[in-house]
Amino acid sequence: MLERSFLPRHLLGIEGLTADQIVPFLDLAESYVLLSRSRSAPRDALRGQTVINLFFEDSTRTRTSFELAGKRLGADVINMTVATSSVNKGETLLDTASTLNAMRCDLLVVRHAQSGAPALLSQKVEASVINAGDGTHEHPTQALLDALTIRRRLGRLNDLTITICGDIGHSRVARSNIHLLSTMGNSIRLVGPPTLLPSTMAQLGNVSLYSDMDEAVRGADVVMSLRLQKERMGAGLIPSTREYFRFFGLDKRRLGLAAPNALVMHPGPMNRGVEISSDVADSDQSVISEQVEMGVAIRMAVLDRLSRARMSP
Amino acid sequence: MTNIFFENVRIIDPASKRDSLGTLTVENGLIRALDSKEPPPNAQRIDGKGAVLCPGLVDMRVAIGEPGFEYRESIKSGALAAVAGGITTLAILPNTSPAIDDPALVHFIKARAEETGIISIHPYGALTRGCNGTEMAELGLLHDAGAVAFTDGTRAISDAKQMRNLLAYSSFLNTLIIQHPEEPSLAKGACATAGARAVRMGLPQVPAAAEAIMIARDIRLAEMTNARLHFAHVSTAEGLDLIRQAKAKGLKITCDTAPPYFSMTEEDIGDFRTYAKLSPPLRNETDRLAVCQALADGTIDAVASDHAPADADDKRLPFAQARAGGTGLVTLLSVTLGAGLPLIDALRLITSAPAQLLNLEAGTLAVGKEADLCLFDPEQTWVVKSGELLGRAQNTPFDRQELKGRVLKTFRRGKEVFTAQGIA
Repeated sequence: MLERSFLPRHLLGIEGLTADQIVPFLDLAESYVLLSRSRSAPRDALRGQTVINLFFEDSTRTRTSFELAGKRLGADVINMTVATSSVNKGETLLDTASTLNAMRCDLLVVRHAQSGAPALLSQKVEASVINAGDGTHEHPTQALLDALTIRRRLGRLNDLTITICGDIGHSRVARSNIHLLSTMGNSIRLVGPPTLLPSTMAQLGNVSLYSDMDEAVRGADVVMSLRLQKERMGAGLIPSTREYFRFFGLDKRRLGLAAPNALVMHPGPMNRGVEISSDVADSDQSVISEQVEMGVAIRMAVLDRLSRARMSP
Repeated sequence: MTNIFFENVRIIDPASKRDSLGTLTVENGLIRALDSKEPPPNAQRIDGKGAVLCPGLVDMRVAIGEPGFEYRESIKSGALAAVAGGITTLAILPNTSPAIDDPALVHFIKARAEETGIISIHPYGALTRGCNGTEMAELGLLHDAGAVAFTDGTRAISDAKQMRNLLAYSSFLNTLIIQHPEEPSLAKGACATAGARAVRMGLPQVPAAAEAIMIARDIRLAEMTNARLHFAHVSTAEGLDLIRQAKAKGLKITCDTAPPYFSMTEEDIGDFRTYAKLSPPLRNETDRLAVCQALADGTIDAVASDHAPADADDKRLPFAQARAGGTGLVTLLSVTLGAGLPLIDALRLITSAPAQLLNLEAGTLAVGKEADLCLFDPEQTWVVKSGELLGRAQNTPFDRQELKGRVLKTFRRGKEVFTAQGIA
């Protein structure tokens, strides 16, 4: 009964979840890491269920990760990639919801360029909705997979100093990670140029803001680098990528300021030489490939738990 | 025409500072007497049962979808919503399609309003042709046709030189120039006030200072040109402080605010609630308290509904894409009564004060004036229910809130134009 009471119907974000709601996702994902690696284990948790990946924004990595997760649990997985040009009007979004209701899908994975779009859909569809990234709002499965990666590597998910670098203001990955890692009792440092790290970010909770990358990285247990979108230059937010790398790029020297064996993370895809140097990205301290693997396990856990929530009376 | 004798009513007329029990006599659509002992012959007697009788409300900032966006709100549907809120006089924004930038369109709006038979509508004229912010509209001809003042509606005049020219040119008309005080380049693409809520939700943000920046610039331009400048829906402490200082210097600066800005905060956008997506966006609690203070100390001259109709398709969108604006006609009185002011002061802000700003013959119970009246019970509560409001647009930010103060009846030129359900 206790387990059931923790099961949400949708996963729209990390904000508002308690540690008691977060940890079961990680624990279940642990078991799926093994299942995912094994070729012979039974895979029928989602047999007979339909998962639709509804992507209004391109994202091969996240879509493939959800697709693999669904298939490894025996679900029927369908990918719908919708060109954003044809869905500028919200009627189309809600028309899509109505179509999906008619198709009686069970789990709906949504990626959308607008903050709140999955929340809007969740009010209109019968299926459980999983936010696979909405605008600059949240990317909850990314935060969960990051948490799982950290927990497996460092053996705990509390009392750590975690530095998140780069375009924080526009990053849904950063928001979800800030919520999750704060909730679990870690100290969060945010660093980036002030145009990409507005002072209002200080209101997100247990975070400290830095504009000096060296200071931010010093002694950190985890250094998480974020992708810099090219359009930030066009918008006048930074002068050039080479200047960005000089002041905010994660290179070998800076990583040396962090705690010994600090983890290097990146949600991908990386701009090598812009936010992270190749030698750091490919170093022993980098867990970037492991993040991708944990992504599948976490998404299996999320699909499984939400599916069980639907089955609960 | 029916003659009416109101008795057992608390008559509140902010224009004459009256607040006392008495009677009011209506003959041939005009207020004929106050405190007469006897009704005129053949008069309908209305026992107010101690309710308040005040002037019909004057709402100085209303968007209507006609012409061009009648699916949102037509003049007729807007009029029905207005009288349900006790409002008998409206000033409506010119940013329609086409914009009210031609004298013929001013005549059209006034004629359409008269066809409803239940409301007086005074259109604003566009400041610039098409409300596009580039070419000055024919302000003098529009004024002659009946435009009550000038504004580009929800668009700020961004070019400082053009604003100076508009202020200077309009001064011979002795009419208000109304600015939407929001620095456009800072506000571009934004849909929420920069702050904790918007950060959490990942919404494009505009700093609250965008309002003060525009107000500061325009006060300086008004000082240069000695023009009458009015700021609409002021919502920030910083903006109000600038207006307070300008008034203290004796400049001809006035402003209004709208009910959401003294009764709601950014927290009310909650879980991407598009009905609470307004322009300007909802602010923080400090700003809300500053608006309350400015209402009390007289910095804010009037309260307007800022009625902005939207249909379901305008609002059933992700927050950043949804149309900004909320309806406000039906809730104007109740929310204003809840601003924490003495009753007569709250009523002044929505009757005589906006009428005086716009030089309108309305908003008073003086003998000889048209009998535009609102009878309401200040104690009765009601729950706002989107989908059940009069009028076409239902996008109220106050959906599901319980409000105190209910309109019982509305009269225009002595004719009953609204009666609340359940009232005999």
